[in-house]
Amino acid sequence: IQSNCIVTSKYNIITFLPVNLFEQFQEVANTYFLFLLILQLIPQISSLSWFTTIVPLALVLSITAVKDATDDYFRHKSDNQVNNRESQVLIRGSLQNEKWMNVRVGDIIKLENNQFVAADVLLLSTSEPHGLCYIETAELDGETNMKVRQSISVTAELCDPNHLASFDGEVMCEPPNNKLDRFCGTLYWREKKYPLTNQNMLLRGCVLRNTEACYGLVIFAGPDTKLMQNSGRTKFKRTSIDRLMNTLVLWIFGFLVCMGGILAVGNAIWEKEVGFLFQSFLPWDPPVDNFLFSAFLSFWSYVIILNTVVPISLYVSVEVIRLGHSYFINWDQQMFCSQCNTAAEARTTTLNEELGQVEYIFSDKTGTLTQNIMTFNKCSINGQSYGIHFCLSFRLNFTPLNPLADPNFCFYDEKLLESVKVGDPHTHEFFRLLSLCHTVMSEEKSEGELVYKAQSPDEGALVTAARNFGFVFRSRTPGTITTTEMGQTVTYSLLAILDFNNIRKRMSVIVRNPEGRIRLYCKGADTVLVERLQPCNQELISITSDHLNEYAADGLRTLALAYRDLSEEEWEAWSESHRFADKATDCREDRLAATYDKIEQEMLLLGATAIEDKLQEGVPETIALLSLANIKIWVLTGDKQETAVNIGYSCKMLTDDMTEVFIISGHTVQSVRHELRSVFFKCRFSQISCVKYTLEHQRTYILEIKKFLSTACACKAVICCRVTPLQKAQVVELIKKHKKAVTLAVGDGANDVSMIKSAHIGVGISGQEGIQAVLASDYSFAQFRFLQRLLLVHGRWSYLRMCRFLCYFFYKNFAFTMVHFWFGFFCGFSAQTVYDQFFITLYNIVYTSLPVLAMGMFDQDVPDQRSLEYPKLYEPGQLNLLFNKREFFICITQGIYTSVVLFFVPYAVLSDATQSNGVPLADYQSFAVTTATALVIVVSVQIALDTGFWTVFNHVFVWGSLGSFFTIMFALHSQTLFRNLPNQFHFVGSAQNTLLQPVVWLTIALATAICIVPVLAFRFLKLDLKPQLSDTVRKPKFSFYDPSVSALLSSQSYCITATFERRNSIFGVPTGKKIARKSYQRVQMQMGNQKKDWKENLCATCYRSFRKNVCD
Amino acid sequence: MGKEKSKSGPLARRPDNSAFKQQRLPAWTPMLTASTVLPSFYLLALICMLLGVWLLLTVQNTQEMKVDYTEAGSCNLCFEMRKNVSNAGQKCTCMIMFSIEKAFKGDVFIYYGLRNFHQNLRRYMDSRDDGQMLGRKSNLKSPSSYCKPFDVDEKGVPIAPCGAVANSMFNDSFILTYYTINGPTVVPLLRKGLTWYTDKNVKYRNPKMDNLTLPEVFEGTTRPPYWQKPVYQLDPFDPNNNGFINDDLLVWMREAAFPNFKKLYGFLYRANKPFTKGLPAGNYSVAISYNFPVQYFKGRKEVVLTTVSWFGGQNHFLPIAYLVTSGLILLTAVVLTVVWWKFGKDGKNMAD
Repeated sequence: IQSNCIVTSKYNIITFLPVNLFEQFQEVANTYFLFLLILQLIPQISSLSWFTTIVPLALVLSITAVKDATDDYFRHKSDNQVNNRESQVLIRGSLQNEKWMNVRVGDIIKLENNQFVAADVLLLSTSEPHGLCYIETAELDGETNMKVRQSISVTAELCDPNHLASFDGEVMCEPPNNKLDRFCGTLYWREKKYPLTNQNMLLRGCVLRNTEACYGLVIFAGPDTKLMQNSGRTKFKRTSIDRLMNTLVLWIFGFLVCMGGILAVGNAIWEKEVGFLFQSFLPWDPPVDNFLFSAFLSFWSYVIILNTVVPISLYVSVEVIRLGHSYFINWDQQMFCSQCNTAAEARTTTLNEELGQVEYIFSDKTGTLTQNIMTFNKCSINGQSYGIHFCLSFRLNFTPLNPLADPNFCFYDEKLLESVKVGDPHTHEFFRLLSLCHTVMSEEKSEGELVYKAQSPDEGALVTAARNFGFVFRSRTPGTITTTEMGQTVTYSLLAILDFNNIRKRMSVIVRNPEGRIRLYCKGADTVLVERLQPCNQELISITSDHLNEYAADGLRTLALAYRDLSEEEWEAWSESHRFADKATDCREDRLAATYDKIEQEMLLLGATAIEDKLQEGVPETIALLSLANIKIWVLTGDKQETAVNIGYSCKMLTDDMTEVFIISGHTVQSVRHELRSVFFKCRFSQISCVKYTLEHQRTYILEIKKFLSTACACKAVICCRVTPLQKAQVVELIKKHKKAVTLAVGDGANDVSMIKSAHIGVGISGQEGIQAVLASDYSFAQFRFLQRLLLVHGRWSYLRMCRFLCYFFYKNFAFTMVHFWFGFFCGFSAQTVYDQFFITLYNIVYTSLPVLAMGMFDQDVPDQRSLEYPKLYEPGQLNLLFNKREFFICITQGIYTSVVLFFVPYAVLSDATQSNGVPLADYQSFAVTTATALVIVVSVQIALDTGFWTVFNHVFVWGSLGSFFTIMFALHSQTLFRNLPNQFHFVGSAQNTLLQPVVWLTIALATAICIVPVLAFRFLKLDLKPQLSDTVRKPKFSFYDPSVSALLSSQSYCITATFERRNSIFGVPTGKKIARKSYQRVQMQMGNQKKDWKENLCATCYRSFRKNVCD
Repeated sequence: MGKEKSKSGPLARRPDNSAFKQQRLPAWTPMLTASTVLPSFYLLALICMLLGVWLLLTVQNTQEMKVDYTEAGSCNLCFEMRKNVSNAGQKCTCMIMFSIEKAFKGDVFIYYGLRNFHQNLRRYMDSRDDGQMLGRKSNLKSPSSYCKPFDVDEKGVPIAPCGAVANSMFNDSFILTYYTINGPTVVPLLRKGLTWYTDKNVKYRNPKMDNLTLPEVFEGTTRPPYWQKPVYQLDPFDPNNNGFINDDLLVWMREAAFPNFKKLYGFLYRANKPFTKGLPAGNYSVAISYNFPVQYFKGRKEVVLTTVSWFGGQNHFLPIAYLVTSGLILLTAVVLTVVWWKFGKDGKNMAD
């Protein structure tokens, strides 16, 4: 039997070393270096000492190992902590304390209030009536509201341990899986079958709330629990730079083999012509008997020597830089949301530079662009619309009518209150529906102090509205709902809840009122509901749908409400079929849906509600800025078209100058194709605009991919309405696949998870809807507007830094390594290195690593506010201009040029030079020291040129690296080391003898000048003839006026008003109101020129916030 | 951890407002502008030019003379003789005449030069035992395996110094004669102080003597196969210049980086006339004890006489390289200036 012990750790003390090493050597780079190491151990080809490879390799492996070990240590710790939690297990009729890890499948355990559930258990009985219990599932799905679980009725009576001990039921259920919201099983007990659903299950990770105690039967334990099944490894994302880097590294390997081949051929020729004759001085090694074999060995020797073109430190450095950039994101105060006390978080540390290359943003609407704080704004009852926005009336005061009212609720239309007061039956029925038809839980800490816990904010808003208008939802049990209607407590018996889901788009309850009348209340999307109404009152239906359209055009979320009276017989008949469907073991969901569908017919329309979801702060500015940065923003929403379009206007996705707005909403293949074609042609001839694509038909959608893509991509803005979560992901995949562009998906809810996972970069907004999106995301923060900073500042910098880093890195290693190649032509291709072996070992990890790391960490071409002011600065990243194959070849060419200079200048000077005391300087060690010094100086000068932002770290690292080079060289050439290990440190005295010679310094200076001057000249020419925007912006006294920015500013005038108030209140500027008033006048003036309806709506929104500001 | 706990309230998780974390570290942001780049180009050109001229003038004052004696004059005979390995033990001397047109002023250095001799082959360079030459007794008796096949002789007696480098030591010797009107005068040469201080005093040491004579210390070892005399008899005149600290050995052991090289043989002893001011102009001869075979590897041998300046021997490359570089930088600077003047955008036309 499966034990409940969980193991998330990967290693223990004994297995750590072998397993970790095995894992690390699965990396191609590490294996490659291991292979080199083995080559170096063969004496005939070992052209470098083994330590030149093993030191960096060991360093890299141990850094990774230490990181893995720390991670695993914490995993062990948390495993231990979890496994050793106490739990009460029923053993032989008595409760005993057991550790979690000793709980087995089939055990009966007792849980107490506020305890974590130890395993996936079947709820048998609880201390509460009806076998109810409440749980919080924050650890599972991030939702903080409470949920009800109920035991099946037959086991609910088993309340004390003795009875439970005799419980001998048998459970058959589905195999372990990771679906949190589904469970399907059957309990066989006393020769009867009872169906089990998710409603009867308590999952591991939940916390028991508001329930004294409960008993449960362990069904899944340990790794089988849904929590553990869900903690699977997420797909590993790679950036395009990563992929490019891997290609380049392969090319370099190819290059390496070519170089090795050329030198091996050279060796063959040399050994045949010269080496053969030279044998009296240097006989061939015993296994070598001809020049070909010698060439073969020489090939491998050169592979060893030249391997430094792909230094092992490359991958480590890249990771370090990305980690640093991730920390900068986490530390950014300007991405900290003080309202919700949430800082931005880079949850993935490997994608940073891709943030600087984003071309497409796919955004969810609700909760991402909007706040997802719902306010009951308007309603239509029996053909009469309520709810207005002007400050003709003040905020309604509900307390005299209703002591239970929520003081935070705002509504301005007193007509509605009047209507409630006079007792209009429709109005009463309307609010009764709102107080009954929902799944909200209430918590009444003290009399009259109600707190509602709703799964969706919409529901909370509706129930709160009903509460204020005198229909107060008080409490619920599985069979009853208690409300206070106009001051009187009424208890309805709850006969059935017909649940909400995305396909049904509606929910209903069937209740019996105290008088015994049975009524079905239904609320849902208007499109679904209208089909199910009694056709008798067409007039009301058309008025209400006019209202609905009006609300939707205001950007409000609408719901239609309806009811139906049921006779006792109808109820009995339906309830029988429902029971039957409920017990079905296969296709239960579908059968239930079908039964629900049967009864939700012939309903009478009550009215409609409209809920406002306010835009988040700074959304229009962010969208405008991002589209100026040439990022295409697509909004994918489940909302209806009118709502979506309206939000599109209010958040500046759609603007005035988009003269033509195309809506594609065909229902058949033919019509969609036709519409797409016509739009596409218009796109080509006129300056447009926007496509709204109603993804109603999956099949149509698939057929028209190509057309859709070409049309949509020709448009400035695309809004897809009525999309399901799966379709969201498909749209993202489509762009990924066909446009080869970097995509970013941003969302806040569980319905965005698939989109977030399939995009290159997933961003989660930690908002109202739980943390599932955040958990699936790569980056998370609290507000949509932080996206501009994430992309335009952090992403841009990361990309820039990474590109500069890679360019320089390849350059410095080519400059370093290719010197050996040139030397090969002078040393008989014998694979003699130019430098001291210690220099080769330390070059990449000590002498040149830190300055380039500092550049990769801290470099800034323009300050952050500049990159927000000039969104065009983002374009080089999208076009991938800073590091691509062309740039790579330029770097390599520069590196090879440098190596030529670094070899031939010292060669030409030193081969004939002597010291001033007559001793020749042409000895190998002097040459090695001179070249190495020149190399370190040249690459240091080069990094100094490349660094555009000299912080104290850059200074310390650049000067420190130079200093360390000289210090370490003098130390390595010192007498002490030589005396102890004469064969390793045979360079004794070279540094001081060589570097004291003026001719050596003249050589180094000459080589440096020849290396750097052309680079400087090219850079200057480029700057002078083809300056990039960043170069121009960077100029200190730059005051150039960007027309696109001014356009943005003027187009923002509407929404500026809304934000003014906040800013001023933050800074405490007393003229805040004056400014607001002025901008209001400006809005009004502009209003005069506008004709379209939507603008009035917008102004109304604007005005509302203004009025709030002034009136308060 | 303690710090985090101490914070509370709505801003508890707010990141620190430090310049480092907010990426607002004070920084120097240098830029390439015409006002910095162009002047520095001109300045650099000027500096290179001045250096080049100065170096050229200095180099003009030095003199150099190379005499290839591989098969010149009477050395031809010796060259032929050395072709045959069986004659290795026989002595061969020859003489070459040359004349100096202009007197060599100041210190004069005499080098031997070799062409096409690869001291920089990987296995050749490794074929030595620095431990042995540091005087370690253990290495003396059992040389490092790197010295193979020159670590022990056929009888298993260890070779000192071991390895291909020592074995191939250059062993020609020269006697320079100056022909005055009064007759030939041997040019006095100093054959000491030819090496780095660290080589002579740190890197190479004889094994500890412990009151023994040098030959006794080296007992139980044998000379490298190509040598005529053992290592403790390299200098017949100065007993302190023998063993592993013999100057000629040290000079040879400092391997050359390139196949054509020269190594210091000695320098002019200027105490007596007529050599107090250097080598006077006139006729000279050099008598060579011709031992080192070069015909196997198509090599050449030469004698080189030079004077030196503050930066060493005659070296035309450096001043010319500086002058050429200076010219190129100047050219670049002019081109850049023209481009900047005529076509430069420099923010002026950006608004277009």
